[in-house]
Amino acid sequence: MAQNGQKPLPLIMMRELADNVATPLFLVDRDGVLVYYNEAAEVLLGLRFVDAGSLTAEQWSARWGAEDVEGNPLPNDQRPLAVAMRERRPSHRPMNLLNGDGSKRTIEVTAFPLLARADEVVGAVAIFWERAGAG
Amino acid sequence: MRAHIWGCRGSLAAPGPDTVRTGGNTSCVELRTETGDLIILDAGTGLRALGLHLATEEPRTIHLLLSHLHLDHLEGLGFFGPLWDPKVEFHFWGPPSPVTSLKDRIARYLSPPLFPVHISDVPSKPTFHDVPSEEFQIGSASILAAPVSHSGPTVGYRITEKGKTLAYLPDHEPVRGGDLREMSPGWISGYSIAREADVLLHDSQYTEAEYPSRVGWGHSSIAHVVTYAQIAAVKSLLLFHHDPLHDDDALDAKLERARELWGDGDGTTELAREGQQLELR
Repeated sequence: MAQNGQKPLPLIMMRELADNVATPLFLVDRDGVLVYYNEAAEVLLGLRFVDAGSLTAEQWSARWGAEDVEGNPLPNDQRPLAVAMRERRPSHRPMNLLNGDGSKRTIEVTAFPLLARADEVVGAVAIFWERAGAG
Repeated sequence: MRAHIWGCRGSLAAPGPDTVRTGGNTSCVELRTETGDLIILDAGTGLRALGLHLATEEPRTIHLLLSHLHLDHLEGLGFFGPLWDPKVEFHFWGPPSPVTSLKDRIARYLSPPLFPVHISDVPSKPTFHDVPSEEFQIGSASILAAPVSHSGPTVGYRITEKGKTLAYLPDHEPVRGGDLREMSPGWISGYSIAREADVLLHDSQYTEAEYPSRVGWGHSSIAHVVTYAQIAAVKSLLLFHHDPLHDDDALDAKLERARELWGDGDGTTELAREGQQLELR
């Protein structure tokens, strides 16, 4: 329900939550476009949001690569955010996050869709947890 | 379009000698379009007097637009004469809920034991509509309803006719943990409703001193509403949903503070007052 350029209320409220928690949060709109991540996520992603800006799903998937914890490439459609959007359900998995600078972090990702009405997905949010002892 | 404010008090009716200048009835605004359509915003206790006013007119169709289902926006309903007239075509509009129909939510109040008659048994046989996601028409008016930040499902309304717009956000806390001035408009709750409105009726429940102990209660401070209205570039701000513990003198002080915050910017700031009438032409 975006009108006149305004984001849907669930995205607005999720961003406000993201700004007030120390948990890394990554927020995409109904098209999978990155619309925000918070300071805690900036630490994991190695890039400030203001420098990243809004990115399409293809762009952010390329900017931050993914592999499973055995080191095999993780197809974009198997990432938790993609599963959450496509199947309208929560999705969770451990994975390696590959930053553009060549660094690798092992994280757990939980993603879930944001439903404004029962039949309307307006976006999704991913929560990142860095695995203890990994990094 | 004409507007008549029948109630602008928030949370609880507050009649008495200390509130006669602004009024004690809770939220209710009558709108008349150029083609005579009757639209009512919220069913607070002000609705009772509106019903008496309509007795001689005998309207055939009434559209009641509910911003949300808190009691102060609903409790006038049972004493609204046209609801009991079988000749009236009555339409309720309100925010959708993912779990409960609009009728069932209204029936929580309009049914025993809180009220002697169940909503299903009222003579006007009302129709219930979840507000659509897209703009819709009532007569010659275009209506946009959009979810806004309050507690529970709540919408604001933007009513436009012949290029003039009235925006109605009676219960709204546009930000809970940040600074509105640092946010781009697209990330501000209700911006699509208030944007460049000719008149904005907006929640102004708290003083700046009161707000910190009421964060998350779903209402605005005076500083919030002034900032919000300026970001939205509204032409006229009416401070609405007055706290029931604020008497007329306290509201005058809030208005003075609002004007101080507004500064030399374009637009005007006033207190909404019961009985006030507005012309948007």
